[in-house]
Amino acid sequence: MELILALGIGVLTGSGVWLLLRPRTFQVIIGLSLLSYAVNLFIFSTGGLRTGAVPVLERGTMGHLATYADPVPQALVLTAIVISFATTALFLVLLLAARGLTGTDHVDGREKDR
Amino acid sequence: MSGWMDHLTIAPIIIPLLAGALMMLIDERRRTLKAAIGLASALALLVLAILLLLLADGMPAGGGEAAVRVYRLGDWPALFGIVLVLDRLAALMLVLTAILGVAALMFSLARWQNAGAHFHSLFQFQLMGLNGAFLTGDLFNLFVFFEIMLAASYGLALHGSGLARVRVGLHYLVINLAASLLFLIGVSMIYGVAGTLSMADLASRIAVVANEDRALLEAGAAILGIAFLIKAGMWPLGFWLPNTYATVNAASAAIISILSKVGIYAVLRLWLLMFGEGGGASAGFGGVWLLAGGLLTIAFGSVAVLATQNMARLAGASVLVSSGTLLAAVGTGQVAVTGGALFYLTGSVLGIAGFFLLIELVERGRELGADVLAVTREAFGEDEEADEDDQVGVPIPATMAILGSSFIACAILLAGLPPLSGFLAKFAMLGPLLSPGGAGVSATTWALLAAFVLSGLATVVAMTRTGIDVFWASPAVTVPRVRVVELAPVMLLLAMCVALSVQAGPVMRYMEATARSMHAPHGYVGGVLPTPWPSRPQEGDVR
Repeated sequence: MELILALGIGVLTGSGVWLLLRPRTFQVIIGLSLLSYAVNLFIFSTGGLRTGAVPVLERGTMGHLATYADPVPQALVLTAIVISFATTALFLVLLLAARGLTGTDHVDGREKDR
Repeated sequence: MSGWMDHLTIAPIIIPLLAGALMMLIDERRRTLKAAIGLASALALLVLAILLLLLADGMPAGGGEAAVRVYRLGDWPALFGIVLVLDRLAALMLVLTAILGVAALMFSLARWQNAGAHFHSLFQFQLMGLNGAFLTGDLFNLFVFFEIMLAASYGLALHGSGLARVRVGLHYLVINLAASLLFLIGVSMIYGVAGTLSMADLASRIAVVANEDRALLEAGAAILGIAFLIKAGMWPLGFWLPNTYATVNAASAAIISILSKVGIYAVLRLWLLMFGEGGGASAGFGGVWLLAGGLLTIAFGSVAVLATQNMARLAGASVLVSSGTLLAAVGTGQVAVTGGALFYLTGSVLGIAGFFLLIELVERGRELGADVLAVTREAFGEDEEADEDDQVGVPIPATMAILGSSFIACAILLAGLPPLSGFLAKFAMLGPLLSPGGAGVSATTWALLAAFVLSGLATVVAMTRTGIDVFWASPAVTVPRVRVVELAPVMLLLAMCVALSVQAGPVMRYMEATARSMHAPHGYVGGVLPTPWPSRPQEGDVR
C-alpha cells in the first residue's frame, strides 16, 4: 500500500509541476489541481497507513498507533480540500477574466511572438 | 475563562468577521452605510488592539504563567482545542494592522470604494485574516488564517479591475497557491515527525525528537519557511512582489503591504520557538540562510530601487529592502538585534503604507502633463474613473507643499536617515553588533553594516531623483485635486512615524521586552501548555 501511495503522490506531483510550468492558463489550473491532490494524499499519509482501523476511540480504551487511525490528518485533509476548492474556483474566474480582457490564454496575457 | 476581559483576545477576529458578513447582505448601492460599518469596525479594532497592547505590556518579560494571554476556544484543555495566544509580538502586530486598516479604509472612501463590488467586505475579511494569523497558536490555524488573508487579498488586488490588474493578479494567485501547497507539505511533515501542530507543544518537543527523524523535521521546517519567505519576498522568491504591489490600487496596496511582514512575523515566531534556545540539537537551524538571504534581498532590493522609473514600483522595491533588512537582522539571532528589528518593522510598515497612499495622490497631479506616464498608465490599466463630482471635492490650499513634505518624510523614513525612526531602528540593530563585549567585530556585522548603509544610499538616490522629477522638473504639473479624507490617512501614518521617533525610548523598551520574551520561549510554552504536563514525551517515543 505504501508503494502505491508513494507512486501516486509522485506521479501527481510530477505531472502537476510540469503543467504548472506550461504557458497556458488552463494547463496551470489543472497543474495546481493535481498538485493539491498530491498534497492532500501526502497529508493523509503522515498519519500512517492502516486498513480497517477506527479514528474514534471507544470509551475506556487507550489509543495506540498500531490499532488506531490518526484523525488529525484526516481533519487537515478535509480543510485543505475545501480551501483548495475555493481558491481553484477563484482562479477559474480570474482565468476567464484574463481570457476575456487579453484575448489569449497565455499566462502573461500576450503571445510570445507578438 | 470568565469575565468579558478574557474574551477580548478573540474579538479582533470576531469583529471584522461579523462586520464583513453583515456587509455582504447589504445592497451594494448603500455605500454610506457600508462605509460607516467598515469604519466603525476598523476603529473598534484599533481601540481593541491598543487595549490588548497595554495588557500585553503589563506581562512579565521573563516567563512564567502570566507571560502570555491564552484563549482556549470552547475551554478545551491544551492540545485538544484551538488556542489563541496573545503576547507582546502579537499585540504589536495587531496594533499595526489596525492602524493600517483605519488609514487605508479612510483613503478608500474618497474614490476606491466605488471601483467595484464588495470592497468593504473584502477589506474586513483581510483584517480578520491578518489578526487571526497573528493570534493563532497552532500551525494549521495559521494556514487557515493565511488562506483567509490571501483570499481577501486576491479580491483587493483585483479591485478596480483592468487589464494590468488581472494580468498581475493571475501571477499573484498562482504563486500564492503554490506557496500554500508548500505550506501544507511543511506542516504535515512536521506533524508526521513531532506528532503535534500546537506551536508551544512543538517548541517543547523539538529537543527530544529522535536523531534519525531530526533531518525530516528540519526539512519540513525548511519547506514551511520557504512558504513564509515567498510571502516576505526574500530573494529569489520575491520576484513577483514589486510588480504586484505597484499594480494594486493604492488603498488596497497600503493594507496588502503588511502581508510581506506577516511572512516575517511567521518566520520570527516559529524560528525562535522551534530553533531558539530550546531547540536542542536543532538550535539555530537555518539562521545562516536567513542572514544570507536577507543580505541578498537587500542587494536585490537596492538595485531594484535604483533601476525603477515609476514611483509605485519604487515603493514595491522598498518593501523588498525592508524585508531583507528584517530577515538579515533576525538571522543574526541576537536578542538586542531582534529588538531593533521589531522597531524597524513598525516604522517600515507605517512608512511604506503611507508611501503607497501618497503615490496615488502625487501621480494624480501628473496625469495631465506626464511624460513618463505611459508606464504608469499601463500599470494602472483602464482606470475606472469615478464620477466627476466625486473627484472634485474641496481642493486644499498648499496641496503641493503638503504632498512634497510628506514625500520628503517618506524618503527619510525609507532610507533610514536621521531624525526619523528608520535611522533609529538601523542604529538599534547595528549598535549591539558593533559593541560586543570585548570581542572584535565579526565579518557578518561588517556585511550587515555595509548592506544597511548602501541600501539607504540607494534609496536616497532613487527618492531624490523621483522627487526632483515629480515636484520640481515636471513642466506641466497641475495641482492634484486631493480631498481631506485622502490626505488625512497619509498624514496620520507619517505622524505615527514621527511619534515613534519622538517616543523612541518607551517604544524601544517595549520592543526589547518583546525580543527577550521571544528569545525565551519557555514563557510562551508554559503559558499555553498545562503544567506539569502529565506524560512528557520521552526520547524516541515521539513519532
